[in-house]
Amino acid sequence: MAQAQTWRAWLLTDTPTSRRHAKLSALYQGWLSFRGNTMAMVGLWILILLGVIALAAPLLAPHDPFAQELGNRLQPLWSEGHVLGTDSLGRDILSRLIYGSRITLYIVGLVALIAPITGLLVGTVAGYVGGWTDQILMRITDIFLAFPRLVLALAFVAALGAGIENAVLAISLTAWPPYARIARAETLTIRSSDYISAIQLQGAGALRIITKHIWPLCISSLIVRVTLDMAGIILAAAGLGFLGLGAQPPSPEWGAMISEGRRFILDHWWVATVPGMAIFTVSLAFNLLGDGLRDVLDPKDGNK
Amino acid sequence: MTMLNIENLSVWFGGGRDRVDAVRSANFHVNRGASFGLVGESGSGKSTILRAIMGLVPNWSGTISVDATPVGKKREKTFYKAVQMVFQDPYASLHPRHSVDQVLGETLYLHGFRDIDARVVKLLDDVGLGAKFRFRYPHQLSGGQRQRVAIARALAPEPSILLLDEPTSALDVSIQAEILNLLTDLRSEHGLTYVMVSHDLSVVGHMCESLAVMKDGEIVEIMDVETLRNAQAQHAYSKKLLAASI
Amino acid sequence: MTLLDVENLWVQFPSRQGVFDAVRGVSFTLGRERLAIVGESGSGKSMTGRAILRLIRPPGIVTADQISLDGIDLMKKSEREMRDVRGQKISMVMQDPKFSLNPVMTIGQQIIEAYRLHNKVSKSAAFDKAIEMLEAVSIRDPERVMRAYPHEMSGGMGQRIMIAMMLIPNPEILIADEPTSALDVSVQGQVLSIIDKLVTDRGMGLIFISHDLNLVADFCDRVLIMYLGRIVEVCDAKNLHNAKHPYTQGLLNSLPRLSEPRRKLDVLNRNPAWSEAPSVSGRV
Repeated sequence: MAQAQTWRAWLLTDTPTSRRHAKLSALYQGWLSFRGNTMAMVGLWILILLGVIALAAPLLAPHDPFAQELGNRLQPLWSEGHVLGTDSLGRDILSRLIYGSRITLYIVGLVALIAPITGLLVGTVAGYVGGWTDQILMRITDIFLAFPRLVLALAFVAALGAGIENAVLAISLTAWPPYARIARAETLTIRSSDYISAIQLQGAGALRIITKHIWPLCISSLIVRVTLDMAGIILAAAGLGFLGLGAQPPSPEWGAMISEGRRFILDHWWVATVPGMAIFTVSLAFNLLGDGLRDVLDPKDGNK
Repeated sequence: MTMLNIENLSVWFGGGRDRVDAVRSANFHVNRGASFGLVGESGSGKSTILRAIMGLVPNWSGTISVDATPVGKKREKTFYKAVQMVFQDPYASLHPRHSVDQVLGETLYLHGFRDIDARVVKLLDDVGLGAKFRFRYPHQLSGGQRQRVAIARALAPEPSILLLDEPTSALDVSIQAEILNLLTDLRSEHGLTYVMVSHDLSVVGHMCESLAVMKDGEIVEIMDVETLRNAQAQHAYSKKLLAASI
Repeated sequence: MTLLDVENLWVQFPSRQGVFDAVRGVSFTLGRERLAIVGESGSGKSMTGRAILRLIRPPGIVTADQISLDGIDLMKKSEREMRDVRGQKISMVMQDPKFSLNPVMTIGQQIIEAYRLHNKVSKSAAFDKAIEMLEAVSIRDPERVMRAYPHEMSGGMGQRIMIAMMLIPNPEILIADEPTSALDVSVQGQVLSIIDKLVTDRGMGLIFISHDLNLVADFCDRVLIMYLGRIVEVCDAKNLHNAKHPYTQGLLNSLPRLSEPRRKLDVLNRNPAWSEAPSVSGRV
């Protein structure tokens, strides 16, 4: 107990003694204020659970997600050996959901890397450099923004061919413009601040100022925005899957599962509903997490 | 021996119909080791002169010479080694996510110093903070401490001229006294030349040997501090300002 | 005659590191006088002013034995009843008028609206009254100002308009929180003399919150000096330069003076005992 007390004091100090100490202390303070937000913690736990499920899928899944058993098709919930029933080919829905979490996380992870980073690059360069560069980059952004997201993604997938990788690419291509707009707006306010003038007076170049001084301040609001957008990304991926342009059968992607279940929705509602519930839960978890992160990270909230 | 010479300096913002002349043909010079004050009310262009010297305004004309060398439109690295600036608001002039160590370390690195660790500690000692402040973030510092860090950053490249833009106007009077004393000490230790902008005549009277009074972008009068103390200002506006300050 | 009686006022903010006491047991009375509260940032002077109007937002907590206005305890009033007190009986002028005026309404509309909120009169009567108010705060050409938007006003004009609006309901007490610190020295004088004239003419009580000792010494009748949430000294404004408490003396000595050139300014040495000593009462 005494040991824990001193660790806590060490982490909460206002007088850090080394670089590592200062970093850890700042992280711990952030964690404390995040932990105070119950809903955000719920979201975080759901996502940790999802991560564990995806990692341990072969251990958790009661059946092979691809094993067909045509004599045992469209079993209801809680039936013998199949807790969440079976689909039209007699595959265990629970196992497919568990394996599907891998695909969902894969898509979400990739999009969450590609889209914000592209947006950050475009937005900060446009905002900091200004002039013609700004005009050109922002007009390109506007062009992408002008199309409805799913329609644009559909066009890309149609051009590139169906498949998970192309779905990821298509979703990323449609998701980056809002990030570019946010990053540019933040850069414009940061650019005119005294601390940027101060580093300019040390002879720092544009590259250093953008990467070392502007990015750290933009990233927090982008992270918040990404977690809030996650739900949309999952739904877009599911939408593409549903239209048959994302993950291809027999892969157990949640959207594709709904698409398959659609044919039986009136008589065998659970086939489409169960993956729908999974998408709903994960989207909600990301939203809750994003709300909590906004309280911790958003520099505009001066709750110090 | 003239350290800083300003001739016919004009600064304007915008163009055409929206053009605003912030500074109109300002002339003054500051000798090596001297301290020169710029006083005036808000909008008189006193801070703009400092920003023009540092190259932080887009449009200016005239001649700015440092140590008898005129500066070009684009400042050289050697310029930033010779001239540094301390900003008005210590709450806005430090990067909120950078620790004191990062702020000073990066500045030293950019100026090509290699013994960074030793120099960071030395700088913190020079401004009266000490090594225990090295790893703190701005939100863990008081206003006065932040301003000391900002002064340490300006001193890092070992400049000969320091431009001070209202360095104490955001601080309490007791903290103001500490910062002004620090600046007095640093000037005599490092042989610095100061140009100080302030709206407070008593602060300029305390820190400077001579001063210029500005109104609507023009320097209306340049006088030495004795004239100021004896209330012998010539120009009507300087008299009015002096009367309001006492 | 006592207008306001504040007894044992505390303002507290709970935080992760424990409870932070912004104001610690402050007591004072206000008559028909100009009372100054001075102190440095963090001394609790602004919090005291806001706490009187119960304007401290949660999680902040205000407690007091009493804050009585004409014998009625404000602490016992509901939030609804407090809304009538704010503005009607006690008005407040803040540091920066830019944040207190609505940017998309003309100044005339805002004054008329404020006036009609408190008085049941026709628009034209309110218009005449508004012109009269603006003239009272020495605004030349009030009709033009009525048509203007807040961003077209200079700082000094904005502050005068704020004062005019605050005085519409004829309050008994005006709380001015650093009303001139955002203004240039030449304008400061004008705004102060307007406040002074209004307070004297109407027999109001004024609480003047400021960090500027010299200003307060010239302008006010009585001064409370606050340090870390407590009153350390109470004195007459004209005797402020002979203040006894080492903190007050330290503050005065740390100011640079044109008439007395010194190489180094005196630095305030803070004594921990100052914050431990019980609060001095400002009651008369």
